[in-house]
Amino acid sequence: MSEHIVSPKIYLAIFLTLMAGTAITVWAAYHNFGAFNIVIALAIASFKATLVVLYFMHARYSPRRTQLVIVCSVFWLAIMLTLTLADYQTREHTVSKLVPPPIFNLVRT
Amino acid sequence: MHRTGELYGQFETLEQQKETAALGMWIFLVTEVLFFGGLFLTYTINRHAYSTAFGAGSNTLDLGLGGFNTVVLIMSSLTMAMSVWSAQVGKKQLVSIFLIATLLLGTVFLGVKVIEYKQKFDHHLIPGAGFDIRYHAEHPTAADNPGKIAEEKEELEKAFAKDPDLNAHAQLYFSLYFGMTGLHALHMIVGAGLLVWLIKGSFARRYTPQYNTPVEIVGLYWHFVDIVWIYLFPLLYLIDRHH
Repeated sequence: MSEHIVSPKIYLAIFLTLMAGTAITVWAAYHNFGAFNIVIALAIASFKATLVVLYFMHARYSPRRTQLVIVCSVFWLAIMLTLTLADYQTREHTVSKLVPPPIFNLVRT
Repeated sequence: MHRTGELYGQFETLEQQKETAALGMWIFLVTEVLFFGGLFLTYTINRHAYSTAFGAGSNTLDLGLGGFNTVVLIMSSLTMAMSVWSAQVGKKQLVSIFLIATLLLGTVFLGVKVIEYKQKFDHHLIPGAGFDIRYHAEHPTAADNPGKIAEEKEELEKAFAKDPDLNAHAQLYFSLYFGMTGLHALHMIVGAGLLVWLIKGSFARRYTPQYNTPVEIVGLYWHFVDIVWIYLFPLLYLIDRHH
């Protein structure tokens, strides 16, 4: 298997898409979509990250075993996020009543 | 160790050596994903618990500087990718030029970060004894937009009405802000060091279509740092801009 060279045209197209994504993110942040603001922001960020991984980091043209490692990282991250957040969502918890560490209480207004 | 040119003895071909090195870098990046992932998780839980304070904290950040830095960093990813391309097609001089451009853009990013941190010190927004989120609206500095200050004061009053412990909870936001952007900046500094090493190699005309593994590997690292910022920017700067 010979090395795949990604052309500057593709790099430039990805760059412009990333710029557009940034602009849309800022635009969307100034509009009230209620609970969807964060969803939109994260969706665009994930889209941008995927483009960087696939093209700038050449994942699309990498050997299968490298791609497997990349997919695994997302998978393990998903485990960590899902299980922890599921725990916070479903368990009776007191996070909003937690007393901040004493250092944060040095100044009271 | 036995070595023929750039090929180490345990590898059959330069291509196999490069694929192995890339795989190793990716495995390191997996650990980095989980490392930053833990911070993003902490952020999510606290933002959910103290959404008012996180919104108020986020609105004190300078969106102009943050947006500018986002553009600078994505541009540096482009120049990094272009330096890999230059090495692959054998344009040795372009490799140096694009690497230097990447280093410059990375330095600009860190410089802007210094300005932003300085603003936070001036505004008493460093977690600890001197922290007071009201202070920055009461004592605007030269860089602040005077038109926005009255609006900010009003927003702060509303936030304090909703969350009387705003000062304590906003410190959680700023702890995460400094922790996450600080670690990101530390990664940038490491990346800048690697770039200096690459530039030295490129001056010695070391990177060729046959051998460009170091450029490729440092590129992977640099793009990863870019991805972290792609998430940090909306999560830290854009929480509550629509009010």
